Amino acid sequence: MSVIHLCTPLSHEILMLRAGDHVTLSGTVYTARDEAHVRMRDEGIPFDPHGAAIYHCGPVVHGGKIIAAGPTTSARMNSLSGFLLDRGVRALVGKGGMGRQVAEQMRGRAVYLAFTGGCAALAASRMTLRRVYFEDLGMAEAVYEIDLDHLPLVVGIDAAGNDLFEGVNRNALARFKKRFSTPREVAP
Amino acid sequence: MISPPDPALCEAITRATARALEQAEITLPPDVVRALEAARDRETSGIARGEIENILANIRLAESLRVPICQDTGIPVVYLTLPPSVPLSQHILDAVAEGVRRATREVPLRPNVVDPLTRENTGDNTGPGMPVVHARPGEKLSVTVLPKGAGSENMSRVAMMLPTEVENIPRFVAETVLIAGGKPCPPVILGVGIGGTFDWAAAAAKEALLEPIDAMSPYERELLDAVNDLCIGPMGLGGKTTALAVKVKTAGCHTASLPVAVNVQCWACRRATVEVEW
Repeated sequence: MSVIHLCTPLSHEILMLRAGDHVTLSGTVYTARDEAHVRMRDEGIPFDPHGAAIYHCGPVVHGGKIIAAGPTTSARMNSLSGFLLDRGVRALVGKGGMGRQVAEQMRGRAVYLAFTGGCAALAASRMTLRRVYFEDLGMAEAVYEIDLDHLPLVVGIDAAGNDLFEGVNRNALARFKKRFSTPREVAP
Repeated sequence: MISPPDPALCEAITRATARALEQAEITLPPDVVRALEAARDRETSGIARGEIENILANIRLAESLRVPICQDTGIPVVYLTLPPSVPLSQHILDAVAEGVRRATREVPLRPNVVDPLTRENTGDNTGPGMPVVHARPGEKLSVTVLPKGAGSENMSRVAMMLPTEVENIPRFVAETVLIAGGKPCPPVILGVGIGGTFDWAAAAAKEALLEPIDAMSPYERELLDAVNDLCIGPMGLGGKTTALAVKVKTAGCHTASLPVAVNVQCWACRRATVEVEW
């Protein structure tokens, strides 16, 4: 298994990535969840978004250190990510994948990188906390600037619009319909 | 007239609650780790194997660094067993809440409990009605905790099915997982409550998660097969292991109803029991 090593600020190299590739990410990342996205959209981005990576994460922080920092569900940020991509953000990092509209917004300029949900100790062991923005939003919602050392990730959505999660979901729905072919409506 | 319990008893309950939470947040039960290792060995896709390798590396790191397994340290659900010598009283519930506050400070845990409407955070993982405490009679006084994260809890569902729909239960369980996709951090463990009442089914679905996942009944295996056949895989990236186990609890119900609840639990099935000694 070959692994591609990425370092921020990210540039055109991300256009070469393909959904399913194993990568590591190093350099600066910024955590942001729902409330941080709303604040950045309404009041401006407090860091240079050019080539930046946003990590969907609400860490446990204690004594100036990141204690636990696994990814949160990225789909909650589906409608809140376009402005970041427009401002030059090149990678969104999280778990569970994102909607079709985000995949389209990323086309030709950004990628979605999946990290293993719940792996908070593993993530924290590769992180050094640099500074915090929007501290008033509370521990889970503040924006943390983090120095990252080789976090192992999978390319979930590439810049050509290929989406691993979408393929898996489509297959799962087909398999569900085949197994439970009783004439009832299917929820999703 | 029953006198309030001995302050030493309350302190012992507080200590046991804090210790159970610490253990649950940092160390996964051996049956869950074994199930993850077996799943890794079964997976043939490089991505699926890689995801479970990350999970196993994370479990080892959390234990050696004494830090929480997941940053979503959840909200604690507490199960007490009470011997006849210890009456259930507000003092005992207060002692449990104090244990939650202590663990939140000392482990430390992320403060996750907010007012449901104002969304104001209480800062210590307690609040009106929190922690949720279920008490049962038992031989010994013990505290069991099940910290429940939101990613998986949010994908849980209750259905009031028709009494003639028993054969549709596997469909409802699989449909719950289909809707959830990669969001609840699969491989998941499913607690299923069948029968009782609307409220009983949900509580039983959660209590089913306290059972070891090594052994499954033929019906539980049937449900597991239906779920794993979806091939959602670890983290929704595809693979054989969408769920590690399905655990079912049943109770008698009204002849006109069939309540069914599915409580979704991520791979981090954190549970710990501490016996109270005082």
